[in-house]
Amino acid sequence: MIAEKIVTPKLVVRNLNFYYGKDRALKDINLTIPEKMVTAFIGPSGCGKSTLLRAFNRMYQLYPKQKATGEILLDGENILDKKQDLNSLRAKIGMVFQKPTPFPMSIYDNIAFGVKLYQALNRHDMDERVEWALKKAALWAEVKDKLKQSGTGLSGGQQQRLCIARAIAVKPQVLLLDEPTSALDPISTAHIEKLIDELKEDFTIVIVTHNMQQAARVSDYTAYMYLGDLIEFGDTSTVFTNPKRKETEDYITGRFG
Amino acid sequence: MPMFSHEARLKRQALFDLLFRNLTRAAAFGVLALLAAIIVSLIVGSMPAIHAFGPGFLASSDWDPVNDKFGALIPIIGTLVTSGIALFIAIPVSFGIAIFLTELAPRILRRPLGVAIELLAGIPSIIYGMWGLFVFAPLFADHLEPWINKHLGSMPGIGQFFSGPPMGIGILTAGIILAIMVIPFIASVMRDVFDVVPTLLKESAYGLGATTWEVVWKVVLPYTRIGVAGGIMLGLGRSLGETMAVTFVIGNAHELSKSLLMPGNSISSALANEFTEAVGDLYTSALIELGLILFFITFIVLSLARFMLYKLGKREGLAS
Repeated sequence: MIAEKIVTPKLVVRNLNFYYGKDRALKDINLTIPEKMVTAFIGPSGCGKSTLLRAFNRMYQLYPKQKATGEILLDGENILDKKQDLNSLRAKIGMVFQKPTPFPMSIYDNIAFGVKLYQALNRHDMDERVEWALKKAALWAEVKDKLKQSGTGLSGGQQQRLCIARAIAVKPQVLLLDEPTSALDPISTAHIEKLIDELKEDFTIVIVTHNMQQAARVSDYTAYMYLGDLIEFGDTSTVFTNPKRKETEDYITGRFG
Repeated sequence: MPMFSHEARLKRQALFDLLFRNLTRAAAFGVLALLAAIIVSLIVGSMPAIHAFGPGFLASSDWDPVNDKFGALIPIIGTLVTSGIALFIAIPVSFGIAIFLTELAPRILRRPLGVAIELLAGIPSIIYGMWGLFVFAPLFADHLEPWINKHLGSMPGIGQFFSGPPMGIGILTAGIILAIMVIPFIASVMRDVFDVVPTLLKESAYGLGATTWEVVWKVVLPYTRIGVAGGIMLGLGRSLGETMAVTFVIGNAHELSKSLLMPGNSISSALANEFTEAVGDLYTSALIELGLILFFITFIVLSLARFMLYKLGKREGLAS
């Protein structure tokens, strides 16, 4: 048996409440996300798993009626603090969405886009960074001869890997994946899952998924949420084989949801 | 017999289909025929002038009805320069309006502001003309033109375009009035196309740490560039052909002057002003040739815009 990884907390959520206007979508969430591991959020639609994910990079801030109270500590620093600079937060915490969202520009420029926001790299360094990110995202072999072509011309699975490459090109510490395979076919999904397994060497990964098998396959830790409450959180094999709570068991055995 | 009636129905349907197909085709080709008819009648009407002046008509600044000497240079320049000024002002302002309405304005402000802009687009052009002549031109002459004279007029190089007596009416005034008229068109098209940019695409850019400006400039604008160019072309088309408002404020002088503050003339306002007094055949024919030129200018400008978009798409790898 391989020795257990040493678990260091990367993100610590304390008493997090989230509101859409007057609706309370997250209720006193407390949870610790370990560094360089994959943590999955599962639960039926509307349980708050995406809401929780979007609190980590404060994406909700785009919408004036949404607000969060409590604390989310990234390496001990509260990112919900008003003084937190959003742009530098998002440089540290990258995000990939339900659907592939390549920008209307070339494959190369898609990757360089985020990097240019933070760093002024010369041509050679930028070339290297683009190659590094595309290799990390297991896309390099397929696109290396057409970097100047539009990113929107790739297949759905390739587009999603492009989006992952774009997110990691900035060299974030945390990668948020919001149902990253929900718009993809099974083969592309398998690609992405394999990729997630490789990426956790370098990044802390948080994934929201509707697919429980996926959570079981890719994650080290699993959080089950229901109606804004965190019902159960633990290492994935325990949550799936020996859940402590009845609600969790009902959900993962398919009795509801 | 049931078989027979079924066949009859099929036959009827086939006939109806045929009729319908031909009707729609006739409508579509009717447009083409109309276009051709207009071009042909413009060419036929301008034949006497084309024979009399040849290609020199385009380069001559003569306009002397008494001696039957005509040239189109002044109205052509007037049309192009006033439209250029209009777009120069209207594009950035419309862009700002559209960005504010789609990205920045609080939800309760969006609808009233949007409606106001659409109302502005519905005002008849003669009202803009009257407002321009009676309200804007005097204000412009008293307050803005002296300032322009003093500050821009003394600059080396561009100074010659901004000197001259502050009269209120002239090329620059016409351009500004045109800008006010086309802003609602361009802004509402831009707003509509910005509105269809997928939220996830914008969130992806925000998620990388881009600011609102970076998201708009580097993601929203490239994504919508065909629609944006369409809006600008709509505005340009309108300003090239706009007649009444321009006639009121351009000064209607057949004089060639470098200064934008001086009166000039545009093709459409020359036509509007002079058709009733054009007595000689050659005079009338010269005016019709002006109309033909306006037709071609519009055609060339629109084709160039299409070509430019095609090149742009190719460079960005979209037309791969």
